[in-house]
Amino acid sequence: MGVEKLISSKMMLAGSNRRIHSVHRHSGMAVAGLAADGRQIVTRAKSEATSYERVYGEPIPVKELAERVAGYVHLCTLYWWLRPFGCGVLLGGYDRDGPQLYMIEPSGVSYRYFGAAIGKGRQAAKTEIEKLKLSELTCREGVIEVAKIIYAVHDEAKDKAFELEMSWVCDESNRQHQKVPDDLLEEAKAAAKAALEEMDAD
Amino acid sequence: MHFTWRRGLLRLSTGAGWPSSLRFPHQSCLGFGCFCSRSPPIEVAMDPDHNAPHSMGTTIIGVTYDGGVVLGADSRTSTGMYVANRTSDKITQLTDNVYICRSGSAADSQIVSDYVRYFLHQHTIQLGQPATVKVAANLVRLLSYQNKNMLQMGVIVGGWDKYEGAQIYSVPLGGTILRQPFAIGGSGSSYLYGFFDKEWKEGMSKDEAEKLVVEAVSLAIARDGASGGVVRTVTINADGVARNFYTGDSLPLWHEELEPQDSLLDILSSSSAEPMST
Repeated sequence: MGVEKLISSKMMLAGSNRRIHSVHRHSGMAVAGLAADGRQIVTRAKSEATSYERVYGEPIPVKELAERVAGYVHLCTLYWWLRPFGCGVLLGGYDRDGPQLYMIEPSGVSYRYFGAAIGKGRQAAKTEIEKLKLSELTCREGVIEVAKIIYAVHDEAKDKAFELEMSWVCDESNRQHQKVPDDLLEEAKAAAKAALEEMDAD
Repeated sequence: MHFTWRRGLLRLSTGAGWPSSLRFPHQSCLGFGCFCSRSPPIEVAMDPDHNAPHSMGTTIIGVTYDGGVVLGADSRTSTGMYVANRTSDKITQLTDNVYICRSGSAADSQIVSDYVRYFLHQHTIQLGQPATVKVAANLVRLLSYQNKNMLQMGVIVGGWDKYEGAQIYSVPLGGTILRQPFAIGGSGSSYLYGFFDKEWKEGMSKDEAEKLVVEAVSLAIARDGASGGVVRTVTINADGVARNFYTGDSLPLWHEELEPQDSLLDILSSSSAEPMST
């Protein structure tokens, strides 16, 4: 999962205001939209995950977690005195049924995806994702592809600087949700910048 | 549903459903089904030692083999020296693929099984696939541990699921949970520790495992007064569940057990007609 984190001020410390959060050992969420609303969803997901494990004795299946978060987000569309969440969430996890990706929208709808994008540049991003042969990629290669897409989709005119935040969960990360290791992240950034220059050169 | 059920799950309160006069079963009514817990303690011939470890009438066994589990139990429900039910079924279903062997207080183990069956049913619906054996065992032990002051039951949870295959979990008196390749429980199990140490081996076939279980239960029946009746077995594997029933007279007799006798008249008539001499 990757997030294009727009830097609003040069005074911001790099690495702060994280947009990707770990929900449980095996899963994480990337948030797009109002950051405060996103934190609320992540907190709820964390609490659902730990309470499931406490009762059932096994890590929460990602599908179950997605359904519970979706139910919670949907709740806020049912009552006049609650406003809907102002953010969508990508939930990526690895359980005994393999790696899975879910997207939960503010309406409370949740689907499982092979590739998904939320945010301003999502249309362009989805087009790029559809070009990839996902079943043939390893997770390492996926990291580089995601970085390339984010750099490609970034609107240079409107938003100036951004920080690339990435996380992964795969066999290589021991099925734990973690930040992508720094060396791989640098490799991805370099590849993305190179691809951009190639495109510009055309 | 999942916003409120969590709070309801883990307490068996002493509110509705639990008789306020419920007392702890005492030594003179050992084992399964404590009927006299509401009446004043009866003076029995023996002198009950309240400090001795409380034994549970029953023998229960769970054994894994290559591809499944075999659960076995005797069928005696005793209250003191009276056998209340000589053909009881101590192996109860929790889900299609998970069964539980119950020992200790009949009421306690039945009510916990009912709760767990109910929770597992909901869980299966939410998950969209069969519950795993581990989840079933975990629910049993949470109820057992959190209500340890009120409950008295030792159970063995066994079954098969597609992730971990055949599994046996032992949940004894205090609410521990322990996964084992085989487990024994109940008062009759004391006589089986040595037997299993000798006879148990990894990777048995289904028939070997079933034979082992029947042999073990019949050994326990021979030595334990609180175990008897028939031997019931339940075999669970990828193909499903099979129940079996071994009548008391088909079980092997062991060292020092009497040959079955029809009547004293037959014995007397077969010996000499002379009166007994000093």
